[in-house]
Amino acid sequence: MLEWRRRREPSALMLLASPLIAIGLTILIGMIVFTAMGYDGFHAVESIFLTPFLEPQRWGDIGVKGAPLVMIALGLAIGFRANVWNIGAEGQYVMGAIAGTGVALLTYDMTGWWILPAMMLAGILGGMAWAAIPAFLRVKLQVSEILTSLMLTYVAVQFLYFLVRGPWKDPGGFNFPQTRMFTADQTLPTVLEGTLVHLGIPAALALAVIAWLLMEKTTAGYAIKVVGLAPAAARHGGFSAARTTWATMLASGALAGLAGLFEAAGPFGQLTPQFPVGYGFTAIIVAFLGRLNPLGIVFGGIVLAGTYVGGEIAQSTVRLPQAATGLFQATLLFMLLATDVLVRWRIGWKRRVV
Amino acid sequence: MTSIITRRRLTFGAAAASTLPILGRGASAQTPLGVGFVYVGPIGDHGYTWTHNQGRLALEKEYGAKIKTSFIENVAEGPDAARAIRQLAQAGNQLIFTTSFGFMNPTIQVAKQFPKLHFEHATGYMRAENVATYDARFYEGRAVIGTIAGHMSKTGQAGYVASFPIPEVVMGINAFHLAARKVNPNFKTKVVWCSTWYDPAKEADAAKALIDQGADMITQHTDSAAPLQAAEQRGVFAFGQASDMKSFAPKAHLSAIVDDWSGYYIKRVKDVMDGNWKSGAVWHGLKEGMVKIAPYNDAVTPAARAAADEVTKGIIAGTLHPFTGELKDQKGVVRLKAGETASDEMLSKMDWYVDGIQA
Amino acid sequence: MTSAMLVSILMTLIAASTPLLLAALGELVAEKAGVLNLGVEGMMLCGAVAGFAVAFSTGSTGIGLVAAAFAGVAASMIFAVLALSLMANQVATGLALTIFGIGASSLIGAGFVGRTITRLQPVFPAALSEHPILRLVFGHDILVYLSLALVAGVGWFLRRTRPGLILRAVGENDASAHAIGYPVIAIRYAAVAFGGALAGLGGAYFSLALTPMWADRLTAGRGWIALALVVFSAWKPGRLLLGAYLFGAVMTLELQAKAAGVTWLAPEVLAMAPYLATIAVLTMMSLGRKTGRLDAPACLGKPFSAS
Repeated sequence: MLEWRRRREPSALMLLASPLIAIGLTILIGMIVFTAMGYDGFHAVESIFLTPFLEPQRWGDIGVKGAPLVMIALGLAIGFRANVWNIGAEGQYVMGAIAGTGVALLTYDMTGWWILPAMMLAGILGGMAWAAIPAFLRVKLQVSEILTSLMLTYVAVQFLYFLVRGPWKDPGGFNFPQTRMFTADQTLPTVLEGTLVHLGIPAALALAVIAWLLMEKTTAGYAIKVVGLAPAAARHGGFSAARTTWATMLASGALAGLAGLFEAAGPFGQLTPQFPVGYGFTAIIVAFLGRLNPLGIVFGGIVLAGTYVGGEIAQSTVRLPQAATGLFQATLLFMLLATDVLVRWRIGWKRRVV
Repeated sequence: MTSIITRRRLTFGAAAASTLPILGRGASAQTPLGVGFVYVGPIGDHGYTWTHNQGRLALEKEYGAKIKTSFIENVAEGPDAARAIRQLAQAGNQLIFTTSFGFMNPTIQVAKQFPKLHFEHATGYMRAENVATYDARFYEGRAVIGTIAGHMSKTGQAGYVASFPIPEVVMGINAFHLAARKVNPNFKTKVVWCSTWYDPAKEADAAKALIDQGADMITQHTDSAAPLQAAEQRGVFAFGQASDMKSFAPKAHLSAIVDDWSGYYIKRVKDVMDGNWKSGAVWHGLKEGMVKIAPYNDAVTPAARAAADEVTKGIIAGTLHPFTGELKDQKGVVRLKAGETASDEMLSKMDWYVDGIQA
Repeated sequence: MTSAMLVSILMTLIAASTPLLLAALGELVAEKAGVLNLGVEGMMLCGAVAGFAVAFSTGSTGIGLVAAAFAGVAASMIFAVLALSLMANQVATGLALTIFGIGASSLIGAGFVGRTITRLQPVFPAALSEHPILRLVFGHDILVYLSLALVAGVGWFLRRTRPGLILRAVGENDASAHAIGYPVIAIRYAAVAFGGALAGLGGAYFSLALTPMWADRLTAGRGWIALALVVFSAWKPGRLLLGAYLFGAVMTLELQAKAAGVTWLAPEVLAMAPYLATIAVLTMMSLGRKTGRLDAPACLGKPFSAS
């Protein structure tokens, strides 16, 4: 009989090879399933998985879609390492955008270089404030942050609805529930002329590098990992679980809030009821795609964003329904999670005397 | 059988999409006109998006191989929309319909990058040289069903399952109520806001709450047929939304406001084919057939039928406007003087309720 | 308020609570065995579409319910293979399962959009089930009674039976349970399958009872509320019953308040209410507890391997 045997050391080969195996398996399964469903399986998979990466004009799209995912996932991954399960990044993302928009509406008649940085700061603080609630409840009252952060997401979304329908409604917008468009000084500059590539994309990459340095090269990063892996040992070593919870929750809230502000001041250019699109939840998947490693998260964000872009290509070319793209993404995740086992385990024959 | 149809479509679609340079099988035929659609929901919602997709299917039936349609469904309103619209533009579509209000800014933005293509945005107010807008006067249909409700209601109370208080919804509530009040001066309309376009169980519970509070006519401005089912279960009457929903509630379903985009889509495709496409704003209603009234249920009394037909005819003939003064809002402010009718601009910004509405 | 009206409101409340109770109860058992499956929403959708498709094709809601339970189990087995056999992270696997369920149900259900069936009927004869007052007790369909019976059954099973004790031991200390000789992984498979079956039934409650139809994403996020309820209940079936009905009450009363003319309150504030209430109740529960520790199974969410 087959059995799993734990490797003494995680396999470096498998660390790199397992995502490739997963992608290969997903492509194979996708082709078979799509063909069985009556679609052109080969072209469907090609559209979802290759076209977005092979055509340079799509790269900007991938960046725009991937940047907020990467940014939020970076914060979440730091928390997950410390066993802090912030499931409500979506709410922090929304609150960051709301706080930043508040500054934008206050400075509507003003000009100056300082406006955008002020909005960013507000975005960070907004996300942090929203993350502070579950952090406080967990540290002081042992209430599960999984639950409170999730519940607070619904509250944040309703708060957004309230603002755009009431006090923040654009006076010139035919009573539609949305804010004014931001002015030039309130909008993220584009980095590449003639594309949608905005400042948030290089910012996400830079933050990934910073997060990597923090996690791998500093005591703080070490403390986070120890608290997550061995809480008892951490207490022994003088690392406070409470302080770690605060730090990781606030960090993930700050990143989610900043991502929200970037999205509002970038691609959206205003706040609308359609602002929350689930990035906070998708980012959880990106965090795991990247194996909670900041540089891996960049890879995960690019792959996932690529499948969104590709899914639309597949819809308009091969008429693959959007639901099939979802199924493909789920398969990709399943395969990545399944092949992860190869890093720490190997398969061997079990001898059993009956 | 379904799979055969799908497969045929896709070979066709894939060949055309891998685009024009490849002059394989269709070299002798004229290149089909590409028509793209961006949908906000899934085509399986049996609501708003479903009706637009019916319009697309009508196009295929009308023009056959002369056109090639494609669509992207479930597109979030915002940056995702810009990407989806651009995707359709790059794929060689000449005419692109973006079918939700939230696609307005992205449509304008992408249209600038593709000045030679034609764009049509539903329900918005921003236009450009190559961006036209189109919308339906749903409120005309609501005046008709409001008339039926006024005649048929025993309690004199209607329940309105609503989504968000945007002008389109607000004017629908007012139109419904005004029509019912014309029949029964003491008519009451109670609104429950669901804060969502789509949550069948919540919509059903909202309808039940309204029925509990005495409403015996249920109407809705949300997307699922769930309120009708709740009405059927409780033995009260209701009206369908976006499409004929009789099959969901054979007894309760008195009539429905039906969105029919096919006529407009067929015309606009022809305009492009003939080189006559121009930007503009279209707001069509019962007269042009963009809004239709579904067949009445047998339960609708002759008096109600006659009155409803009268309203329909009046609106089509232009002799009756659902918003005719004197009209006061809830606070008693006169919004329209006696004999005055509401301008389109007033309607499209409406954020006040007529007296007698509880919202 | 008349008594008939009160009964009517309570009937709505019970119906709204039942799918939450079913799905949450299944998840509770899985979590008691130490498995955190966040894919409840996905499993519910699989159950909802399978239940509707089979009920529509066979004309029998009973067969539909069986199919829904099986669909829930099938979906849960994807999770089990990955999270239990291959030791994948449970949070990520559960989220992936939800994405899978949304996609799969939409594809399967595409051919059933716009169809309807006769909804699940009350169990008792009309004399009882349509009586203006007695229907509060006798007017429900099979799943309402089943869900209540299951609360009692699960409570009894976990506390009073030997297999229940073993299941809890597996959730509290998998290593010792394994050392004693209990098949940890097999027990967890069974617990996850039970969770899948109940999530499937909870989903089918939408497509067969509440809103007898199929439309994409029919359950509209109830699976997440079910997950919240498990934590809310502190993993106790009795408290889960309370929580599910409380949540159902808040959802129902929110709409009743609007219908009754509470218009001074912004609709958004009312829509926030259930979520704020959940946080408030959780906080109060924690304040009332001396030890301050939630009673989560100690091994919740952690992978287990025998070697």
